[in-house]
Amino acid sequence: MSRGAGSAPAESASDFVTKLATVPIARAPPGIHDPWPCDHAGRTINHPVSDLTSAPLPPVGPDDHVRGPDGAPLVIVYGDYECPFCAAAEVRLHAREVRVVFRHFPIRSSHPRAPAAAHAAEAAADQGAFWEMHDLLFADQGRLEDPHLWDRAQRLGLDVERFDADRRSDRIAKRVKAQFHGGVRAGVATTPTIFVNDERYSGRTAVSMWT
Amino acid sequence: MVIAAGEPAPDFSLARAAGGEPFTRTDLMGRTTVLVFYPFAFSPVCTDQLSVYNELLDEFRERGATLYGVSCDAIWSQRAFKEQLGIDIEQLSDFEPKGETCRAFGVLHERGMPERALVVIGPDGVVKWSYQAPQLAELPGANLIFDALDG
Repeated sequence: MSRGAGSAPAESASDFVTKLATVPIARAPPGIHDPWPCDHAGRTINHPVSDLTSAPLPPVGPDDHVRGPDGAPLVIVYGDYECPFCAAAEVRLHAREVRVVFRHFPIRSSHPRAPAAAHAAEAAADQGAFWEMHDLLFADQGRLEDPHLWDRAQRLGLDVERFDADRRSDRIAKRVKAQFHGGVRAGVATTPTIFVNDERYSGRTAVSMWT
Repeated sequence: MVIAAGEPAPDFSLARAAGGEPFTRTDLMGRTTVLVFYPFAFSPVCTDQLSVYNELLDEFRERGATLYGVSCDAIWSQRAFKEQLGIDIEQLSDFEPKGETCRAFGVLHERGMPERALVVIGPDGVVKWSYQAPQLAELPGANLIFDALDG
């Protein structure tokens, strides 16, 4: 009945992400009409992959980044460093014994700094620090401007000049674009989208499934 | 149900959110058009259907296809929506008479908004391919449009 609107004190982006990661995300309470018949509305939108897929999910290849214990179940994540739902999914994935492949799916219109962040992660990868940069990007989604990226590179002990040249290179832009297109062909339509055993889970489902 | 492939596009008229003459069947002739019917402007999504399609506009253009977003929202809502999303996809409004074009394309939902549907129309004004999401919450990926354009 009460929706308790409006009285919460301001919270920082990282508080918000932490909260998202710990509070189970419920569907709209019974009796409350959900006016948003769209994704992230708490609806399950996983469907048989064959329905909406044009090509199989690209197999794990040399450009992929993989971490997690050997032999653990493999999950392939399509995500965007500026997407709060991706950050929440990330935190939850951390708590599980899974082997994670992260692929870039930056959406410039919603998240203007997402492409730059993806390029930064790949530039760090070229210096052997993909996951370190990945974690630092998700840890503070409010700071993704160029100086914040340089600062992260410095903190990781990277060659910052090289990092900066690499992240602006065509080579890295192509690598990120290839991941984006591979995702599109496999039917990825929103972030985060997580594949587990070829089953696709999108949006809010991809976050809440890990609780 | 959404208009089927092989059928000629019906006569219709949609207001352009950007202003100017209405968008009608005549505008379909001589080029490939993709109509993206969506339920409502503004929805609490993180990255949504139109944003993903927007990332791929160059690739649609390479195939000679122009995308339009269609909803029953007023042009002012569509303009604000387009601005908020930061997308370039032109918006067309089926506001008055409300839902008439959606009905003509077979995608008017009983609650007065479009179903989530895609219609690809060839330069001859004939529907080349169409798709209606079985649930409004399902987001059809851009891959389906590419398959239709390339097929």
